[in-house]
Amino acid sequence: MRPVLYTVTSAKREMASTMTITLEPPRQVGIGQTGAAEPGAAQVGIAQTGVAQPGAAEPGAAQGLVPIAPGQFNMLWSWGVGEAPISASQSGLDGALVHTVRDVGGVTKALCAKQPGDVVGVRGPFGRGWDIDTARGQDLIVVGGGIGLAPLRPVVHTILASRSDFGRVALVVGARSAAELLFRSELDCWWRDRAITVRTIVDRPSRDWHGSIGIVTNELPRLEIDPGRTVVMVCGPEVMMRFVALNLIERGVAPEAIQVSLERNMQCAVGQCGHCQLAGYFLCRDGPVLTWEVARPLLEVREL
Amino acid sequence: MSNRPLVMAAHDLGALFGVLADDGYEVLGPTVHDGAIVIEAITQPSQLPRGWGDAQEPGSYRLVERGDGAYFGFAAPAGTWKRHLFEPRAVLWRSRRDGDGVVFEPGEHVRRRRAFLGIRGCDLAAIAVQDRVFCGSPAKSGSGSPRRSADPVYGAKREGILFIGINCSDPASTCFCTSMGTGPAIGERADLSLTELDPALPDQHRFLVHATTDRGRAIAARMNLAVATDRDLASATAVRDGAIASMGRSMDTEDLPARLREAAEDPRWDDVARRCLSCGNCTMACPTCFCADVSDQPDVAAGVDERVREWASCFQLDHSYLHGGSVRVSTKARYRQWMTHKLSTWWDQFGVSGCVGCGRCITFCPVGIDITEEVRAIRASKSVPLEEGTAETGEKGHSR
Repeated sequence: MRPVLYTVTSAKREMASTMTITLEPPRQVGIGQTGAAEPGAAQVGIAQTGVAQPGAAEPGAAQGLVPIAPGQFNMLWSWGVGEAPISASQSGLDGALVHTVRDVGGVTKALCAKQPGDVVGVRGPFGRGWDIDTARGQDLIVVGGGIGLAPLRPVVHTILASRSDFGRVALVVGARSAAELLFRSELDCWWRDRAITVRTIVDRPSRDWHGSIGIVTNELPRLEIDPGRTVVMVCGPEVMMRFVALNLIERGVAPEAIQVSLERNMQCAVGQCGHCQLAGYFLCRDGPVLTWEVARPLLEVREL
Repeated sequence: MSNRPLVMAAHDLGALFGVLADDGYEVLGPTVHDGAIVIEAITQPSQLPRGWGDAQEPGSYRLVERGDGAYFGFAAPAGTWKRHLFEPRAVLWRSRRDGDGVVFEPGEHVRRRRAFLGIRGCDLAAIAVQDRVFCGSPAKSGSGSPRRSADPVYGAKREGILFIGINCSDPASTCFCTSMGTGPAIGERADLSLTELDPALPDQHRFLVHATTDRGRAIAARMNLAVATDRDLASATAVRDGAIASMGRSMDTEDLPARLREAAEDPRWDDVARRCLSCGNCTMACPTCFCADVSDQPDVAAGVDERVREWASCFQLDHSYLHGGSVRVSTKARYRQWMTHKLSTWWDQFGVSGCVGCGRCITFCPVGIDITEEVRAIRASKSVPLEEGTAETGEKGHSR
């Protein structure tokens, strides 16, 4: 499966090592090739034509991939470097993709260096994202740690777009320091709007930090919880997710009501390369979001 | 008469090659190379391992002269058919910088008409297993193409293969296909199935030939073969019974997926980790292991970037690498991943066992780790299930 060539339309620096890039799908200019079929070379001009997906062949129409859902990911490709799995940090857009990338290796470094006009190859969307529907009519706690907030941002957007479908909603965000709080201005907006409860906590406070200090689990006791009607979505370091889940289970939340997004080495994204296996699950296909009920016995085994 | 087995004199093997060549088939089959039986393209019977048998033991593979004229008197070849379908290195696609654009080119999609000659039950089962991995569904044997070609590179190689199987006569000490239900008889899983009879008697050396598909019957029809006699059939039965009786190893698969699921913290993993070198030989020799690295291999000066798939192994440290470190650091964790995947979680993923009982992992383990012995040890172990929640058994009807 080949990437579809998207064009970077904006590249926003979130913090020292993290960028948010917006990608526009290629436009069909009447070549009429549907490049999803493998044989035969496909001429692809940057920003003009692309490897089209079946079913979208009108000239001038966007030739993008199917819309990505909150919690799903795309394989983003930098020519000559490679691919990395990156979840969507915004969804529901008309063809455009938004991904927030932290520079932690060769491919992510190349992605973070992209500028408007540059091309990024995209395969996807892959995996199973957040089950937002189970949260409708329920209370929802969204917990993000560090870059883990990125795949949860589309969840918040979805809630705000139909706020009355949900009960009480709390967003708890943890970061090492205030400077490393992702989407800080957006967090401020949400906090001011009061449509949802927003709580931030850092464990390395600077002098001008007036908020909570500690790790996200320290912030959870401050939330009022009705455990019987609470759905939880967590993304962050595995150890953080474990303690968030344990903390909320102690307060009566059911393990199946807690969703976590797991990370493993992913290369093919279609359940064939074997790298992302967690017991019987291919996390690229069966995840990355699993319920805590499913994930807990697997994560409790060291090095599984 | 249509389905009555036929009989072919051993010296008519050349005629079979001729018919296959006339039909444009490239024939792949066993041949001796560097002191081992491997699978390569062959064009005549003289390239078959005639007169060679093998002695396979944990950590040891030796060819031995049989003292007769048998063409297929050995067990699972050292080489696998896997490398001719899921190749050790394949270019999935290529992209070339072209002015301001990028041109995509397909990878190597050479489609050839191929016949797999002399494939045995374990290896036919292994191909059926990999069909599930790469095609998403089992390809009907002999019917040509897999139903859904999810992976075009594998699909191109897999399509239209003519299977000429051999009912295994000489299992090795490392073999346990009977336990895995994959052999030694191949039944109707090949287009043509052969049973080699009386290789020690030059004037009676012959093959029982059973055609089970239209393609197989069409080929047999062109060879003017005699109908098998009751004596031929009895000899073939004796070959099969002899193979079953000489099966070197066994594995108790009853409820094994659940048993292994519960054994994640079994002390036996520490024991095997003290012996395992984490070399990955078992995964390279295994006919079903499918793990691969998928990476870009660019030639920036030439403006070409290749997306390459290469065999990888769950025994490699970087197999589970995430920024900052690997998930499976210890040899214990890596061996556990391999064995529980093969015998337990494979069922969850593909609805079959990942082990076909060919014994190659035992033979080619440099320290002779024996998967059947490890299963026995885990079964005998008193390890307690991790938690009540994970202890339910048989929930997916895993027993065969």
